[in-house]
Amino acid sequence: MNLPASLTTSERQIGIGLSAALALMGLAMAALARDSVMALHGTMALVLGLGLVFRLGGVLYDAPPADPDRVLRYDDGPTRFGIWMTLAWAMVGMVAGVWVAALLYWPEATPPWPATSFGRLRPVHTTGIIFGFGGNALIATSFWVLQRTSRARLADALSPWVVLIGYNLFCAWAVTGYLMGATQSKEYAEAEWYADLWLVAVWVLYFTLYMRTLARRAEPHIYVANWYYLAFILVVAMLHIVNNIALPVSWAGSKSYTVWAGVQDAMIQWWYGHNAVAFFLTAGFLGMLYYFLPVRAGRPIWSYRLSILSFWGIVFFYIWVGSHHLHYTALPYWVQTLGMTFSVMLLVPSWASAGNAIATLNGAWGKVRDDATLRFMFVAAVFYGLSTFEGSFLAIRPVNSLSHYTDWTVGHVHSGTLGWVAMIIFGAIYTLVPQMAGRETMAWPKAVEWHFWLAVLGTLVYVIAMWNAGITQGLMWRAYDANGALSYSFLESVQAMAPYYLLRAMGGAMFLTGAVICTLNCRATLRASRSRDLQNDRPLVAQAAE
Amino acid sequence: MVLRLHYNLEKLSMGLVGAIILAASVGGLVEIAPLFTIDETVEIPADLRPLTPLELAGREIYMREGCYACHSQMVRSLADEIDRYGPYSLASESAYDHPMLWGSKRTGPDLARLGGKYSDAWQVAHLTDPRAVVPASIMPAYPWLMQPLDTSGLPGALATLARLGLPYDEAMIAGAEADARAQAAPDGAGTDAFRERHGDRPVQRAFDGDPSRLTEMDAVVAYLQSLGTQTEAARLAQEGTAP
Repeated sequence: MNLPASLTTSERQIGIGLSAALALMGLAMAALARDSVMALHGTMALVLGLGLVFRLGGVLYDAPPADPDRVLRYDDGPTRFGIWMTLAWAMVGMVAGVWVAALLYWPEATPPWPATSFGRLRPVHTTGIIFGFGGNALIATSFWVLQRTSRARLADALSPWVVLIGYNLFCAWAVTGYLMGATQSKEYAEAEWYADLWLVAVWVLYFTLYMRTLARRAEPHIYVANWYYLAFILVVAMLHIVNNIALPVSWAGSKSYTVWAGVQDAMIQWWYGHNAVAFFLTAGFLGMLYYFLPVRAGRPIWSYRLSILSFWGIVFFYIWVGSHHLHYTALPYWVQTLGMTFSVMLLVPSWASAGNAIATLNGAWGKVRDDATLRFMFVAAVFYGLSTFEGSFLAIRPVNSLSHYTDWTVGHVHSGTLGWVAMIIFGAIYTLVPQMAGRETMAWPKAVEWHFWLAVLGTLVYVIAMWNAGITQGLMWRAYDANGALSYSFLESVQAMAPYYLLRAMGGAMFLTGAVICTLNCRATLRASRSRDLQNDRPLVAQAAE
Repeated sequence: MVLRLHYNLEKLSMGLVGAIILAASVGGLVEIAPLFTIDETVEIPADLRPLTPLELAGREIYMREGCYACHSQMVRSLADEIDRYGPYSLASESAYDHPMLWGSKRTGPDLARLGGKYSDAWQVAHLTDPRAVVPASIMPAYPWLMQPLDTSGLPGALATLARLGLPYDEAMIAGAEADARAQAAPDGAGTDAFRERHGDRPVQRAFDGDPSRLTEMDAVVAYLQSLGTQTEAARLAQEGTAP
């Protein structure tokens, strides 16, 4: 981590102050904690804070970066760190995912320890992927995109590091908490109350940094990608705060109770849950797509008007659709109907985005054929289109009566996360990592090709297995025999899943293999860095840090 | 005209921020705000009882182990679900659930109507080693549930839930630990006090088979046996439609 190199002496001093404050907070948590979870989390903060104090303190009086040098460059150190964290969390999240998928086929393989049980590892997989892998990728690329589309350096050198390190502390707190049994048990919002508060603080700093940098932009217009990143930052804050309002049992313990109960809690949970898909896994990644796809293809976005339509369509329509997770439940019928209606309407802006991305490739199809990186982004756009179509379809009440509670939903989520989110992340990584290393290509260009085909094949195997699994379950559960009795016991539907669960684990393993290749390739590429030609990749006006 | 407006909006970062917040708030407000008139729209049944301290401890373990990832607690109003599980779930049944555990996936069956369906001994054997009872089961084993139950957090838990509106009174909060022990030790010294505070309806049994010790297994099984029995509202409302 080349954190100190880009900081001036006074920034290093402030950094030491903040790290010491973090260490003190950790010490207080560890000392006052009444349960082992909070004690561990306090210790983690203490160790991290002390580590940073030593890291910065050790180089405090080293030569600060020469000033002209600093303001003539974009600040890419945090992005580089963020990409490493993205890949590290990809390993954690995907290994956990493949492992729990295998446990569904070989349940006897579960070790007899609480921490390795399916129910505790499953949120490690979801949090590791959504927040760890996806979130770090979003933050890291947002810094990269924000600076280049604004032609301005980040507003200060310290806060991007605070955002990234703070964010990763949140992720680490969350997953270690699950392993020890601390969870709010709200899906995709399982982290305990103090981790949630910590994330709010990190997020406010992230938003402030974004706005301050936008304010320094040398371009009069704010580029589309930034609209999406902004929507991601703002709406995720809103969702996170409302869904996680909770009353702690004790200020010195990890346990809390959400203030929401029953049907209200269900509606708020899925308002959150589906919009985590919308604003975390879609809006932010559309921001990524709107920058990296045109850059890699060397062509401007096909339609400016269409991007306006799809942006506001997504921001406005998505927020309504969460209730389609609650068809035929005790949620009032009219709310279900609204959720279904807006889900179908959402297809218009979703396909406008996907179509806009694919049409951008018109005239660059030769590049799509030859360049695996651009192909990652093309496939991402295609899967985005397919998943949003499937999503609207599954939200229709009678379809949902079959698909809900089955593995079809799991298949749908993974066609989105593997096919769209992960593919666009890899496309972005393969675009910016060589650039960061001052190279034309990745160190092993052939490995990108291998990764691409492993990822596509893994996704298809996974998704097709889960379609079959889900439709089989749905049909078996509702089948009646001639006498009017249910044809199958629940257990028979479980037994019918075995081949699909095995295939799913294999598809996941292929996808994981591709991600491992990507990580090694990034390592080799960054190690073989050359000095960068900054002629065309620099802020338009040299600006001093604030 | 609209394009012109947007052309200018793109130059104002705070304008974009405001517009995004506005556009993203409407849906949530329309769908969520009316649910806060819940007191009028969802009638809390007169017979709805909150969980006893032991059952609440079991619910905490259910959440801790992530059971909700594979088991729903929400019978939908569909014929096959009613035939398979029992009366469809009502909003009022989970009015005391912080958080709700409706779930989103059935890798295993729905549990909303589980209470009383199997014996305690079956539940204990099944949780300890599912494949000993159901050879084709893919559920993980939970042998560590035989460890002693830590009851020290119960008074605080009940007090917090009382602040959120659950009908736990001072005596229930103060007696939470004793009541947890009493519910798993029939005919023990705490029985009368337990009955006085929690009434006649919660079942009192040596859930894990041994009245002399209080284990996590006692709590989980007590919770599982309470599912669907906190109120008769769903059964009464659907008399004749349910098996």
